[in-house]
Amino acid sequence: MLKLSSVTTSYGSTVALRGVSLHVNPGEIVALVGANGAGKTTILNTISGITPASKGTVTFENREIRRWGADRIVRLGLCQVPEGRQLFSDMSVKDNLLLGALSLGMKRRKYQKDDLDKIYGMFPILNERGSQRAGTLSGGEQQMLAIGRALMGRPRLLLLDEPSMGLAPRVMQEIFSCIRSFRDTGLTVLLVEQNARMALRIADRGYVLETGSIIMDGTAEELMENKEVQRAYLGKGYREVWE
Amino acid sequence: MNIEMISRDELAQLQLERLQSALFRAYRNVSFYRKQFDASGFVPEDMQALDELVNLSFTSRADICAGYPYDMLAVPLREVVRLQNSTWTAGSPAVCAYTQNDMRHWVELVSRYLAAAGVNRDDVVQIFFSGSGLNSSLGFHSGAEKIGAAVIPISVEGANDQLAVMQDFKTTVVCGTASDALQLAEVVSKRGMDRRRLSLRVGIFGREPWSEENRKFIEESLGIVALDHYSVSEFGGPGIAGECDCKCGLHIAEDHFIAEVIDPQTGKVLPDGTEGELVLTTLTREALPLIRYRTRDITTLTRDVCSCGRTFARMNRVKNRNDGLVIAQGKRFYPQQIAAILTNVQGAKPLFQIVIERINGVERVEIIAELTSELSADSPGKIMTIENRMSEQIRENAGIEVHIRLVEKQTIIRILVDEDVVCDKR
Repeated sequence: MLKLSSVTTSYGSTVALRGVSLHVNPGEIVALVGANGAGKTTILNTISGITPASKGTVTFENREIRRWGADRIVRLGLCQVPEGRQLFSDMSVKDNLLLGALSLGMKRRKYQKDDLDKIYGMFPILNERGSQRAGTLSGGEQQMLAIGRALMGRPRLLLLDEPSMGLAPRVMQEIFSCIRSFRDTGLTVLLVEQNARMALRIADRGYVLETGSIIMDGTAEELMENKEVQRAYLGKGYREVWE
Repeated sequence: MNIEMISRDELAQLQLERLQSALFRAYRNVSFYRKQFDASGFVPEDMQALDELVNLSFTSRADICAGYPYDMLAVPLREVVRLQNSTWTAGSPAVCAYTQNDMRHWVELVSRYLAAAGVNRDDVVQIFFSGSGLNSSLGFHSGAEKIGAAVIPISVEGANDQLAVMQDFKTTVVCGTASDALQLAEVVSKRGMDRRRLSLRVGIFGREPWSEENRKFIEESLGIVALDHYSVSEFGGPGIAGECDCKCGLHIAEDHFIAEVIDPQTGKVLPDGTEGELVLTTLTREALPLIRYRTRDITTLTRDVCSCGRTFARMNRVKNRNDGLVIAQGKRFYPQQIAAILTNVQGAKPLFQIVIERINGVERVEIIAELTSELSADSPGKIMTIENRMSEQIRENAGIEVHIRLVEKQTIIRILVDEDVVCDKR
């Protein structure tokens, strides 16, 4: 579905991605894990056209999109949930959601109502707070809204950037089980997460990123088994057999 | 999606991803590769496309041996869960280390191959690798167990005992070396044994070259489909490539290895269909990544889709090697090893020839060597002492049973090329 081959992206003279290759198959949840500054968000921004790659190829459903603008890419069904939600905090919850459908153009009238109902069904709290200003929502609710807004664009591939950031563990669980449930609806997800354990628990496959290069790939199970991943990203919660 | 039927495009993407991260890990964690890459000014992120792999240097068996035992490891020892030694008998030893994930991949690859050969959970699988086939046995045991078949690990030597077990347990699949299989076939056909007393249907043989005539004989005598598999001891044994029941080449597990065929003299990559030396690169190995490893095995590659539907490249059955390594009686040795022993016993290097024959399914190795001293054939007592000492030392050193025949000087025509000292009549 999505394919990156030897992608290099730079911010001015700083190279952020050095020849990154990865792919996402339809219906998969793929996790990108790595430390701060490894280039995870840059990968998402490169895919969505915000920071275009200087080298390599980015293909989405057999279309080379590396040089496409972000507005054109989103119309292909590639929707990003940015890190830190990036909501319009002075606007109402409902208006934030409706904004998400803008990329559909004229088609949005056809889908808007049904989609809104679907999202309210998934996150009932957003319905309750429909007229409230987005800025007054709790962190978890804001994340739900950010995801809901992206879903309004009827994505085929959802790019999720750090959905766990700043959330209480219980809320995090809720968000992640929700992401997991996307798979049953046929939605494909590329998930960037610092919380590698959470991400790998719901993902099918994953890539480990280090200083702009992918150093490992595998099924979620394999990555969890890898000692280097355990040491670096799974942290204290990880227990050895003898512990 | 079945990975074995992946399209060539998707496979290329997967291989590129894995190659890039494999090179990154090798460069970062293995001093041998760091030095090698630095010397040529290569950094892993330079690898932008699969066809750029040809720019990298080869890894040879000597490199692995030089790093013995731990220098080639890309992970700390505490992450290693198995250390498989290989070919102690062929001079310098090499080791194949596995992490937990390496083991998982290995078992999966062997089981995938067994499934391609037609093994399923209803099978009773008898595994016997005589000689130094322990690593192969371990791989097949785990692979067959993963499929859910009933596995009989067996260490009894000798065809008669094997046959008794086969009858008692109604074994349906046998895995072993080709010479073991030939021995079985020999015993069955000679004994005029009723094949219906055996329940065998598939045989998976390898670790040494065997011909199509051998295959025919085994299949007819035992009433089975006999399939070949390919293993490299430095890679831990089986799981690299194997035949499906189309018998039209061995499918290489290209999601875990990149295969190239090169001209052994120039090192240039040869087009598909041209005979040359097989070079393998590991894509997923964590403990022991090997980049462009020269296997010394001569074969050809084809990338057409097999009629079984698998898209992975196929290699022809390996008939010979280009480094003179001899595989006999399930053991591996180099003629140079034999030369060293003969020299040691007689005090000077004699002209000699190694003759390997298969008599009634049993491999017989005869070494004909010239006397170097002034001894002549008319002091039989002394000659016999020397012969005994030689065969004893060869047994200790290389693990093979040989018959030594000392002949008078100038009996053997001077052989110009070292490799020609082996006369393989199998």
